[in-house]
Amino acid sequence: MATDTDTGVPSLRTPDRTQDRTPDQTLAGLDALDIPVGEQRPLARRTWSATWPKVAAFALFLLLWQAVVWSGWKPTYVLPGPDEALPEFFSQLGTADFWDALGRTLSRAGQGYALAVVIGAAVGLAVARFALLRTAVGSFITALQTMPSIVWFPLAILLFQLSESAIMFVVVLGAAPSVANGVIYGVDYVPPLLVRVGRSMGAKGFALYRHVVAPAALPSVLAGLKQGWAFAWRSLMAGELIVIVPGHPSIGANLQNARDLSDTVGVMVSMLTIFVVGVVVDAVFNALDRRMRQRRGLLAEGSAAVKAARGPRRPGPEAGAEPGGGHLPAPARGGEGPSDTGV
Amino acid sequence: MTVLTADTALRIDGVSRVFGGGAGQVRALDDIRLDVRPGEFVCLLGASGCGKSTLLGLVAGLDQPTTGTVDTGGRRVGMMFQDSALLPWLTAGGNVEVPLKLRRVPKATREARVRELLAMVRLAGQADRRPHELSGGMRQRVSLARAFAQEADILCMDEPFGALDAMTRDLLHDELERIWRETGITVLFVTHDVREAVRLGDRIVLLSSRPGRVAEVIDVAIDRPRRIDQPQVSELAAAVTARLREEVARHGH
Repeated sequence: MATDTDTGVPSLRTPDRTQDRTPDQTLAGLDALDIPVGEQRPLARRTWSATWPKVAAFALFLLLWQAVVWSGWKPTYVLPGPDEALPEFFSQLGTADFWDALGRTLSRAGQGYALAVVIGAAVGLAVARFALLRTAVGSFITALQTMPSIVWFPLAILLFQLSESAIMFVVVLGAAPSVANGVIYGVDYVPPLLVRVGRSMGAKGFALYRHVVAPAALPSVLAGLKQGWAFAWRSLMAGELIVIVPGHPSIGANLQNARDLSDTVGVMVSMLTIFVVGVVVDAVFNALDRRMRQRRGLLAEGSAAVKAARGPRRPGPEAGAEPGGGHLPAPARGGEGPSDTGV
Repeated sequence: MTVLTADTALRIDGVSRVFGGGAGQVRALDDIRLDVRPGEFVCLLGASGCGKSTLLGLVAGLDQPTTGTVDTGGRRVGMMFQDSALLPWLTAGGNVEVPLKLRRVPKATREARVRELLAMVRLAGQADRRPHELSGGMRQRVSLARAFAQEADILCMDEPFGALDAMTRDLLHDELERIWRETGITVLFVTHDVREAVRLGDRIVLLSSRPGRVAEVIDVAIDRPRRIDQPQVSELAAAVTARLREEVARHGH
């Protein structure tokens, strides 16, 4: 003990003198010391560190694509390079037909997804709440989720012919089970302590769901919504390829038409559009997810845990302070983690 | 239901709680009898398996006794947990506000009350911080403010300072004692820390383990304000510890 050396003991204050400090002051001091220090990098740097890896990845993809074209594996009228596809994509952006098709596709997606969310949430809540219902249909929901949406189309076409309803039917069936599962798992994994807290505060029934269960389940629900979107989008694309409603142009119909005309550039433009929509929607979900984790303090702890798992990157500041060594680049926090849609 | 007289805030009468049935049946509490006066600070002390938390759950109405009655004479019971159990999606102020919302207190009144309660636990100005931005001790004070937001007459505290460092715990003892004196609330405080029980309690109820029974009730006749390192506190704590060890030792064979 360092304080037990010659000068340590006499300098210790007697208990009476510590009474000079009021508990209030001591508490305030302790609070000030205890508040975790958060680090927040400037917005520009965060934006940059979130953007450049994406841009680099896309550039690499284009380069690989071009390399395949250069290799002469296929003639360029079968496999055109990005130098043909990209300008065509951008020139399509200027046509009304393109926006008409994209508009219809997005509106189908939006309506189907919204309906799937309503149905999925209702089913999920009911299954989470009633044990009998869970025993009865709980496992069917996952089975339904794993069924490829394309197998529903023969039935959908028989029921609804080649119509918007046929597409809607499959989109809802594709997306609703994921949403329902998100809700079920969310409710199942609400920490019992929080439910106890809610009940001890007098919350029952709906109030308990409103103030405790629903917010606690939100992370899983959000994961379910994200996965539900992915399924809805996939089902919709399959639907638009198969169910071409006359006079209703859409991205999927364009894609099919381009294939029929052996127009590879047209096929690529449609696929690029589908991909871009996917990227944009993913960004929206990620932003929501990020905000939620930030508010709950999961972001800072999460990246701290990742850093800890990675282990020390260098022996320590005192051990390795070579001149000009500077800092190693900080691990790219704020980038996208692997997007986990599963639960 | 018996009518409680004015000098009893809480009557626990012949309470037993049995979990499960058949061979796997566990008797957590057995014939607990305890009367608590209004404004009294009672510490429930016991080793593992004495059913302390079960007993608090019964008093808070989270659970029903197998036999016997818990009578609070219609008094409201608030609860505070070892883990602050703050709702992580709400700010400190938001957490304190939840019990008010549940009782449908109007918005303007709520805001004023939240400020008042946070000031009481010396966290004025920290209302917008989220639980993860607070230290363990601060979280427990928010949790205490939230318990008070229930306008409870009886406060059940389940090892509320068990996970805190000694210095913070010491300060929170002072704070709790001050708030208890100011509000006149009845406190039922569960702990396994003997010194803490002696530091805080008017009475210590020593529980035996498996099943939980009242082994002994000890009056703490030490003047307040007390300090945890006071000789009288240490002395009584030593005696209580010896008694507690005796209880625990019975399970060794």
